[in-house]
Amino acid sequence: MSGQRDRIAERFAKLKAENRGGLVTFLSAGDPDRATAQELLDGLPIAGADLIELGMPFSDPMADGPAIQAGSLRALKSGASMARTLEHVHAFRRHDQDTPIVLMGYYNPIYRMGGEAFVAAARDAGADGVIVVDLPPEEDEELRPLVRRAGLHFIRLATPTTDDARLPAVLGNSSGFLYYVSIAGITGTRSAAEADMRRAVERLKRNSQLPIAVGFGIRTPEQAAAAVRIADAAVVGSALVEVLARNLGKDGRATPGLVADVHNHVRALAEGVRGARVQQAEAAR
Amino acid sequence: MQVNTYRAGPDEKGHFGLYGGRFVAETLMPLVLSVERAYAAARADPSFQAELDGFLSHYVGRPSPLYYAERLTQHLGGAKIYFKRDELNHTGAHKINNCMGQVLLARRMGKQRIIAETGAGQHGVATATVCARFGLQCVVYMGATDIERQKPNVFRMNLLGAEVRPVTSGTATLKDAMNEALRDWVANVADTFYIIGSVAGPHPYPMMVRDFQSVIGNEAREQIIAAEGRLPDTLIACIGGGSNAIGLFHPFLDEPEVRIIGVEAAGLGLHSGKHAASLTGGLPGVLHGNRTYLLQDADGQITDAHSISAGLDYPGIGPEHSWLHDTKRVEYVSATDDEALEAFQLCAKLEGIIPALEPAHALARVMTLAPTLPKEHIILMNMCGRGDKDVFTVSALLEGKRHA
Repeated sequence: MSGQRDRIAERFAKLKAENRGGLVTFLSAGDPDRATAQELLDGLPIAGADLIELGMPFSDPMADGPAIQAGSLRALKSGASMARTLEHVHAFRRHDQDTPIVLMGYYNPIYRMGGEAFVAAARDAGADGVIVVDLPPEEDEELRPLVRRAGLHFIRLATPTTDDARLPAVLGNSSGFLYYVSIAGITGTRSAAEADMRRAVERLKRNSQLPIAVGFGIRTPEQAAAAVRIADAAVVGSALVEVLARNLGKDGRATPGLVADVHNHVRALAEGVRGARVQQAEAAR
Repeated sequence: MQVNTYRAGPDEKGHFGLYGGRFVAETLMPLVLSVERAYAAARADPSFQAELDGFLSHYVGRPSPLYYAERLTQHLGGAKIYFKRDELNHTGAHKINNCMGQVLLARRMGKQRIIAETGAGQHGVATATVCARFGLQCVVYMGATDIERQKPNVFRMNLLGAEVRPVTSGTATLKDAMNEALRDWVANVADTFYIIGSVAGPHPYPMMVRDFQSVIGNEAREQIIAAEGRLPDTLIACIGGGSNAIGLFHPFLDEPEVRIIGVEAAGLGLHSGKHAASLTGGLPGVLHGNRTYLLQDADGQITDAHSISAGLDYPGIGPEHSWLHDTKRVEYVSATDDEALEAFQLCAKLEGIIPALEPAHALARVMTLAPTLPKEHIILMNMCGRGDKDVFTVSALLEGKRHA
């Protein structure tokens, strides 16, 4: 990794040392507007986010449910672009050198920018990893090596439909952490049964050394706590975007309480996550 | 690019040169692979083709006639014009050729629930039709804008027992309907088969849909040889996603003397920014599971397509067309809304055939091309759909023009 810091590995090592699960938050860059989005992003670590997924808005987010679709479109309407997304990261890094940021989105905006240009700009801005939802192992050879050479992680998704035959392809060349999509479905719709999640995460653990984050359908502090009793981190996206959306005025603009409300929600989730294994240990005694 | 054959693609990963592929979320990838395996097995099984042929003959009404458009030929005063009359198929368009093939595949795979996207509603009606025929549950996603402009087809789908789900996200047209169908598929992976209506989507769809639509070109080839004793000089078809066009073109791609022309929708004009001409006005990108030419902005955001014809109103095009464009085997041109409207009316008056607005775009180019060619020149155009669904739209537009 060419001498640069591996913030993702450092963060998971720290979580392990503290014997607690991590909270990963997702918000779209530029949602609902540039200034508010920057304020939201900047306050996430204080509110309790351990890792940050920053959505790169796309006009046609096929794997996302209504909440994130709407957030993506709000961001685009307010002038979001790939360049501006990376400016958000750059501004964040001025005051936070430790919290990993993973850029998450769809391939077309990256492809249009050019893979080389994208990874160079993402690295320079201070991003740590990339998740490209519609770039499965069968197609990622044109981007993954570039991402890795730039010292960024290429994080793959495993899903309930990833069968044993495919699992090696998904795990091979994956780095940073594994993102387990806990339901067959789109973001923010339904939630997985805990037993299914446990079985799936255990299967991944048997086959990979990478930390595992579980996402899709985790909405409440209780669900986040349940997820980190099974996996290394819980990802919450749609639920936060919904809190954001509730704080928009009739004109679609942010109302004064928006940032605090979202951060409070993050705080509640973080408390759930941080208390999870303590409760577990107490229950075991 | 120098190639020995234009008919060998795609490669085993579904690529036509740079284009095509399988750009889908991991959740869908195992499904896409299972469709690929099932289709490969069906394609190699003579009983599958025999079953399909039986339904195409007795249910769809194939072969469709090849018709010499004598009055139009005389009117234009140049090349001899033939129509491949796929508008005479059951349900009124070429779409059912593909739906019949895919529904038989879905049955082989034991799937009980069918989903589809539709723009003009022709693919939705064809899907609802085959689902009714085989007793399968059918959900059709359709943009709210399209539901408004294609009401007769919405009624037909409902009558056939399908549920039409309005899509209000994005521009509420075909691309958004396809997003929504993909979201449904991700959430219902176990029991659902997605019948994609055009040569779009992840591999194997562009290949599979082409194969099922190639019945058009295979028949046309035999029919024109029977009628004229030779191959046509020029083939013309309209292109939205491009399934009727690839169906006509594919069996002729390796005949270098046959000129092949695809007609995209130029909407209000290529320079207006309001068109659906992905090849002429777009750039390569990735959407809906494949890499192809797309209407998009400098940041890779997909832009709105516009066409008078809901069936052409799509910001992408089948990946094989992108490859045929780059290799220059096929010429891609365009026709505007106004040109299509004029062709629509002329065809009705001269030939007693009301074309759909989609093939009216192809006809518009026939109208400009035929007069420049000698009488021995043979143009074969795919009349891929009939215009019953469009009469209300056209009537409103003509009314508007009279008052303008």
